[in-house]
Amino acid sequence: MTLSITVNGKRHQVDASPETPLLYVLRDDLGLNGAKYGCGLGQCGACTVQLDGKAIFSCITPVSAVGDRPVRTVEGLGTVDRMSPLQQAFRDEQAAQCGYCIAGMIMRAQALLDADPRPDEAKIRAHMQTNLCRCGTHMRILRAIRRVAGLPSDGAAA
Amino acid sequence: MNLDRRQLLAGGGLLVAFSMAGHGLAQLAGGGEGGAAPRPVRPDLPGSLKSNPVLDSWVHIAPDGRITVFSGKAELGQGIRTALLQVAAEELDVPPGAIDLVTADTARTPDEGLTAGSHSMQDGGTAIANACANVRMLLTRTAAKRWRAAADMLTTNGKAQVTAPDGRSLGYGALAADLSLHVEAIPNAPRRDPRHYRTLGHDLPRVDIPAKLTGGAAYVQDLRLPGMLHARVVRGPSYGTRLAKPQLDRARKMPGVVAVIENGRFTAVVAEKEWQAIQAMRVAQDSDYVRDLPLLPVAEGPHRLQKLPTREIQVLDTHDGAKPVWKTVRGSYSRPWYSHGSIGPSCAVALAKDGGLTLWSHSQGVFDMHRAVAELVGLPPEKVRCIHTPSAGCYGQNGADDVTAEAGLIAMALPGRPIRLQWMREQEFGWEPCGCGMVTRVEAAIGPDKRIAHWTYEVWSNSHNNRPVGAGGYAVAQEISPGFPAPPPKPIPMPEGDGDRNANPLYVFPNMDVRYHFVPEMPLRVSALRSLGAHLNVFTIESVLDELALAGGVDPLAFRLAHMQDARARAVMIEATNRFGWAKRPRGDGRRGCGMAFARYKNIGAYCAIAMEIEVERETGAITVHRVQAAVDAGQPASPDGIRNQVEGGILQSLSWATREAVTYDATRRTSFDWGSYPILRFEEVPGSVAVHVMDRPGDPFLGAGETAQGPTSAALANAIADATGARLRDMPLTPEVVKAAIGV
Amino acid sequence: MVTLRRTARSKWWWVTALLLLGLAGALIALALSWRPAIAPIAPPSPGSFAPAQVVRGAMLVKLGDCAVCHTRDGGRPLAGGRPLATPFGTLYSDNLTPDPETGIGTWSAAAFRRAMKAGVSRSGAHLYPALPYEHFTHVRDADLDAIYAFLMTRRPVREAAPANRLIFPLGFRPLLAGWKLLFLHPGETPVDPSRSAEWNRGAYLVEGLGHCGGCHTPRNLAGGEIRSQAYAGGIAEGWRAPALNAANPAARKWTKEALVTYLRTGISPDHSAAAGPMGPVVDSLSQVPEAEVRAIAAYIVSKMGGSPSAPVAPLPDHADAAARRFPEGAVLFGGACAGCHGPGAPMMGQGRPLLSLATVLRDSDPTSAAQAVLQGIAPPVAGRGPKMPGFADALTDQQIAAVLGYLRARYTDRPDWKKLPATVAKARKEGAQP
Repeated sequence: MTLSITVNGKRHQVDASPETPLLYVLRDDLGLNGAKYGCGLGQCGACTVQLDGKAIFSCITPVSAVGDRPVRTVEGLGTVDRMSPLQQAFRDEQAAQCGYCIAGMIMRAQALLDADPRPDEAKIRAHMQTNLCRCGTHMRILRAIRRVAGLPSDGAAA
Repeated sequence: MNLDRRQLLAGGGLLVAFSMAGHGLAQLAGGGEGGAAPRPVRPDLPGSLKSNPVLDSWVHIAPDGRITVFSGKAELGQGIRTALLQVAAEELDVPPGAIDLVTADTARTPDEGLTAGSHSMQDGGTAIANACANVRMLLTRTAAKRWRAAADMLTTNGKAQVTAPDGRSLGYGALAADLSLHVEAIPNAPRRDPRHYRTLGHDLPRVDIPAKLTGGAAYVQDLRLPGMLHARVVRGPSYGTRLAKPQLDRARKMPGVVAVIENGRFTAVVAEKEWQAIQAMRVAQDSDYVRDLPLLPVAEGPHRLQKLPTREIQVLDTHDGAKPVWKTVRGSYSRPWYSHGSIGPSCAVALAKDGGLTLWSHSQGVFDMHRAVAELVGLPPEKVRCIHTPSAGCYGQNGADDVTAEAGLIAMALPGRPIRLQWMREQEFGWEPCGCGMVTRVEAAIGPDKRIAHWTYEVWSNSHNNRPVGAGGYAVAQEISPGFPAPPPKPIPMPEGDGDRNANPLYVFPNMDVRYHFVPEMPLRVSALRSLGAHLNVFTIESVLDELALAGGVDPLAFRLAHMQDARARAVMIEATNRFGWAKRPRGDGRRGCGMAFARYKNIGAYCAIAMEIEVERETGAITVHRVQAAVDAGQPASPDGIRNQVEGGILQSLSWATREAVTYDATRRTSFDWGSYPILRFEEVPGSVAVHVMDRPGDPFLGAGETAQGPTSAALANAIADATGARLRDMPLTPEVVKAAIGV
Repeated sequence: MVTLRRTARSKWWWVTALLLLGLAGALIALALSWRPAIAPIAPPSPGSFAPAQVVRGAMLVKLGDCAVCHTRDGGRPLAGGRPLATPFGTLYSDNLTPDPETGIGTWSAAAFRRAMKAGVSRSGAHLYPALPYEHFTHVRDADLDAIYAFLMTRRPVREAAPANRLIFPLGFRPLLAGWKLLFLHPGETPVDPSRSAEWNRGAYLVEGLGHCGGCHTPRNLAGGEIRSQAYAGGIAEGWRAPALNAANPAARKWTKEALVTYLRTGISPDHSAAAGPMGPVVDSLSQVPEAEVRAIAAYIVSKMGGSPSAPVAPLPDHADAAARRFPEGAVLFGGACAGCHGPGAPMMGQGRPLLSLATVLRDSDPTSAAQAVLQGIAPPVAGRGPKMPGFADALTDQQIAAVLGYLRARYTDRPDWKKLPATVAKARKEGAQP
């Protein structure tokens, strides 16, 4: 069936069965690479996008549940030439190794910064707890988020 | 293959032909894993030039000055693209942006064997450095000929130009037109002077990161070829099982299903859309399963290995005369089976067309793969092209090889349509080869001089090297009909070693008896995981050193230095502990504690020393790592920040292994199938701070650094726990439950 | 161990409760409320306690789940400061470490016993029944002394709990004397000689230290447990604690073995996974000797009654009928839930329980089902085990209600839940952190 969703400010008509997880619509129908398949179980965060400003797992969110709520993906934040402040912070901190988790990390962190531009270290870590990184890039990811949150680079290291 | 070569030649320029060295059993690239790397034809040349000595297999300069560099090494997320680019840019003396780097493509790049074992900089980086130095030398000579000047009066300016003292200059593109690079390298082409490095040793931002931050196409998962179909395999819960009654007829009737592939016990569904393939897979998998292999070692864990037949390998047997013994330490150490835990489950794209098969794969061994998959699907190797395409970090042999072979089989059944096969999360956990469970046993003593008097060490392990070099190496080879038998597992000989990797201490101990009980039978399917056996061997050696130091009342740092003669090893230990503040560290008080550890990876790779401060919550056994300080000597660093990134990652991954990871299983299947049943380190559990100091070693040979932190980190943690609580923990993972049980109330 | 749970049955009931409580309390308080202080002591040295007593205390503290309420997020174990939201305001748990200023360092064993059994602080002030002294009053002195020994040998943590924020006049503690007169029933748990020693041990643990009724027994308007309806199901932190008596809604009768497995691992093959406030209980019980859990299970199973050997009814799965009646729920289930709970899903391949076995779907009250969907399930034991993501940010109340309607129709034979969207909205509100 044909469904209508708004992604990164643009209205799209997509032909998909209504239960299809948003992840596959973004990737396969709209050709967006940012959200990744990581587990399909809502446990790793690689597929994280924003729905109505909240970070969600697109792998377990049926496309028909989106309705009129706006979807934002990492492609909607900035481009290689015009990065958003958070993307730029990730670049400045070289906060990626394989990078597979990073788009999800950025979208989850952005949701926090949108709601609270000045979170403290504990709040950042708690908020990011749902997203997994296997390369062990956590320290750099935290530094990138702190950079945008205006916290000292080394955080509140105990 | 011909087509591709013609496409390359169409661009004109210097590239004349490939030098395809014959393949024979010779040098073991990639830490001795995988198949034989190409036979060395010029043993006098450095690195991978030994087997690919002709310059045009490495470098191509177009008339417009655009440079292409070819490497057989693959980007795995370790940043090798950027590091190799820096090496090439430095030795060609051009800006990094002037170079296009082509990596690991069986039709285009030199065969450098595997990208593994921290060999990429040592072999591949060294080859590119020397090939580029050769090319720069030839370009300079060509300019000299044109200007009728002495070559040694000419120089290059970092902008792809040769310059003369009078200010004249000639671009590389113009010079390249007069020059054939279809010549063999010489071993001693002048390298750039480290004092004047423009790119090497500087923190060049990684070239692959911007796309990864913005949703650019960066991974094999992002390939979308015209007419591409989506496939899923239909399987039992884990390796060694099969579905009793897969519901294939029901799957066939599902919307969008194009084909259900059946070949022996191998089954897969293929659909127009990805979600349709997943739905069909689930319908097909609605079945009980049966186990075909021996039951899993529920009660014994890795100690099962000690009850299986072994092949004995004497690693060290030294006799320095009996020394008086004062205190003796004995212990047995172990680690469980680990998952690679790639965040993105394995994925591959395959296209069978015009009698050939093209594979886009995240395998670390595309050169082995094009031979092995050819055997599997019944094509001559030259008809199979493998193009390495990055994906989520693999850290060894995860499912990337298997998924590509399976995609190839499906594609052969559906010629003309590209097939994208994506393993599901649970299939990755269930079917990938695990990192080996292992056991060690040590008896060591110190004499009245507080120096080690004798050292007896045993390690039990399966092979860490089951990478497919023939069709039988893929799990699917035993599912299809007719199938291919799995090859007998083989240990990797020293000096690389596998289960015995780093079992030979770099320290100077007298009277060493080090034995590797190689166990061919594999209770769980296993293969390479980052650092192979070095993880448990370093964990053991460095734990025992602390026990001996404690027994002798010697500071752990002083005790290590007293047994270490290698100056660079001493230097990293001193650097890391100085930066950590070891001398003034808080002493173990029941809660807080500090530990250190050291290893030189394989005793031939990068040096790494780690010091850390931790806190144990006595009520819960929970461990908080407050700070970690590392020092690493990787020879001349290509990009210091690239090394820091790798070592930081290694530290966190090793902490995750040591504190919480273990593949769980019942008698008939693995029960780790998701992130609830295989937890890894998350943000609230990572250290307060991690600092990595990279030693400056101008002009020294590259030493691979990607795996060097794995052993020392886990060992430093165990030593810090012992310092904090007095409890020596020897069996990983060191979960809060284990810590609590050891320390009591 | 929060007594003043949210038990709102309508918007104004608690006003009545307050007025009643206030009037009664004010009168009684004058006469009865005064309690003397017990003299402070110098903090005893950790060495003054027998090691075996300390070890035993550690185990009892796990059985009593003390650290769950007395540890704030990110805080030191037992140092208190955890906020407990109630309709009457927010209470903060006390610091149980032996810090003399902010903890119980100057408390004698007698003072500690009085607090546990009578709900009176060392200073003489009445404690709020968030400390479940309704149950702890049944604990034997030897056990209280062991707990005391364990607490007094902890590392002192200097950390004062924030002041409670309660609505007027509940900040006036003498009122609590009236509450106790009505609801505190001291005395040991009676021994039933016709039952096994294991059962009697279970009764002692469940009624006393385990304070299971704190959540699983309904409460009256004043927040006291209704003793005549013991274990008929209650409310805990916005979740519904199912009935543990004959009305237990499980699809398969609980056996002792199944309950032991559940209490120690958070999941049993014939029942669903522990969720919400039950998670920390499982975490605690995974760390005590199995015999104690077997005793608890023996007692609870006897409360539920019935014969586990009764013929096992086939499990309902009315997929088609449910999809016809709840088409939106069926679609949402297909994309959001079936990846784990549907046929052929990995979790099913691992033999995890079917949704037809889920107690929350069979309960007459949909609150816990709503919370499980909203908040998900955290792996209960050391971060390992069943893990379900929350859908609070992905799905609207209406959508979650649609899924719940579908689940109830598909996986049970029970009547539809009423007013689901309102239940979900309320659960969402109450599930938020205080």
